[in-house]
Amino acid sequence: MSAPRYGAEPSKVTRTIILVVVAIVFVTPLAVLAQFALRVGQPNAKGVQAYGFQHFGDIFNPANALTYEPLFQGITNSLVICAITILIVLVLLLPTMILVELKFPHLRRILEFVCIIPITIPSIVLVVGFIPVYSIVAQVFGSSPWTLAFAIGVIVLPYAYRPIAANLAGVDVVTLSEASRSLGAHWGNVLWSVIIPNLRRGILSSVFITVAVVLGEYTIASFLSQNTFQTALALIQQTDPYVSAIFAVFALLLAFAILLIIGRASSFGRGTSRRKARKS
Amino acid sequence: MTAAVTAAPATTTRGVGKLSRRRSAVWLGLTPFAAYVILFLAIPAVLAVGSGFFDDKGAFTFNNLKAFADPNILGDFGATIAVSAVTAVVGAIIGAVICFALLGTKPDGLLRTIVDSASSVLAQFGGVMLAFAFIATIGSQGLITQWLVQAGLTANIFNDFNNNGTLIYQVPGLAVVYLYFQVPLMVLTFMPAMEGLKATWGEANATLGGTRFTYWTRIAMPILAPAFFGSVILLFANSFSSYATAANLIDQGGITPLDIRQQLTSETVLGVQNVAGVLAFGMVVIMIIVMVAYSALERRASRWRR
Repeated sequence: MSAPRYGAEPSKVTRTIILVVVAIVFVTPLAVLAQFALRVGQPNAKGVQAYGFQHFGDIFNPANALTYEPLFQGITNSLVICAITILIVLVLLLPTMILVELKFPHLRRILEFVCIIPITIPSIVLVVGFIPVYSIVAQVFGSSPWTLAFAIGVIVLPYAYRPIAANLAGVDVVTLSEASRSLGAHWGNVLWSVIIPNLRRGILSSVFITVAVVLGEYTIASFLSQNTFQTALALIQQTDPYVSAIFAVFALLLAFAILLIIGRASSFGRGTSRRKARKS
Repeated sequence: MTAAVTAAPATTTRGVGKLSRRRSAVWLGLTPFAAYVILFLAIPAVLAVGSGFFDDKGAFTFNNLKAFADPNILGDFGATIAVSAVTAVVGAIIGAVICFALLGTKPDGLLRTIVDSASSVLAQFGGVMLAFAFIATIGSQGLITQWLVQAGLTANIFNDFNNNGTLIYQVPGLAVVYLYFQVPLMVLTFMPAMEGLKATWGEANATLGGTRFTYWTRIAMPILAPAFFGSVILLFANSFSSYATAANLIDQGGITPLDIRQQLTSETVLGVQNVAGVLAFGMVVIMIIVMVAYSALERRASRWRR
């Protein structure tokens, strides 16, 4: 018999019913997408559908190389854009956040405001402004896909900012840097071997969120006529919906797996540090 | 000890002399990020919103705002707000029920990590792929649609909604698909508030003779209300600005982001210039109203989160 309940917690039965119903409703379309990717041909006269891995083979069949070329090109482009966007986060955003924390704490609110703005401006609105800006960018850098990283870097700002800011709030960087400076460390040393290691968790999660946002970005790429993973998926969907379904399922599962691993890793980390704290 | 004491003033005076120059050197450290934000955030945002106020000769004009007099444009604006409002409210309620079900589970546990990861994937990554999933599920040849047809319902809700063809290729159908990223976003944003409910409040309620019903109506709901409505606003903004899912389901207009696509990819049909800019301006106005309301509610909600 369970103890009398005072607080907000639901009973075990209620919880199970709610979660099972939600799980079924949310897994259905994704399971159907996976099932769709395994369909072979049309259902026969009795309405029986054949299944197999035929469409997986199609992807690697040299005869189809031309059809799927945009997809592989799009994935490559997205990975390049990903790398440059991460660089923007690590080289532009991160040092600025640390600098503001150390030297200009009164600017913290302004920096936060600037970084949150992209959430309030829909991508489709920014696109209207990006089109004229990119006609100039194209003159300077050419119209290669990697230039898209500048625009996507802006979309990423709010997501990348938050984990680092949360981590910064929990670490007293001012005291840390003063301590290491008084022990004779150079500014480079302070940054590289004192501050950055303390922000590892925040930096790591903002990098992973950046990867997810870049790989999921569709709006800007499609209007600036660049071929990325998402625009390629949308394109292939027109000619070979099975293959785009395969890639969609794999992308979703991969993103889920990555987030799950980060989540488990950080909770294990928290668990051990708490245990250590209790021992001491 | 003495060495340290005598050395200290010396460094301080040397520091003071260099201070202003050093200070400006440190200021320089902010310029790369500032330049980036100005070039790729400030300028595009101003261009997007401002372009609606210029005619094709570059002269300032309010004339383009006439675009909002067009019944299609205005109707689509209303439809966008309606879809966003419906999915925000329904998504928030379903999401809150899920958060309720998750109360009392270990925050670091496997279940919560799975729910969090799945929510992040659906809320931030889904877009185009969700559109595919729904075409395969309840599209005209979708699995569930075909089941219904085989069960004898040749014209069912999915393939003949409102006597107007397939549900998900119409604006009301978008609401169904949008819920698949709205509910996860609600779970992500509302769970921290839900976890802020303290066990002691429940015990206080019980010692004062309250039931679980009074606990919810007199304590939990009033405390959660600002956070709940804040999340509703966030969800509204989320579906108001989403484009990828709709773009892969509907070929024409129907909601404002799709109207912007039409304006950007084809010639103007309304007799005024820069309609895309005008629509962008309209969207930003709504977003500003929504975000001001959000920050007001967020301030109230954070009171209980300490």
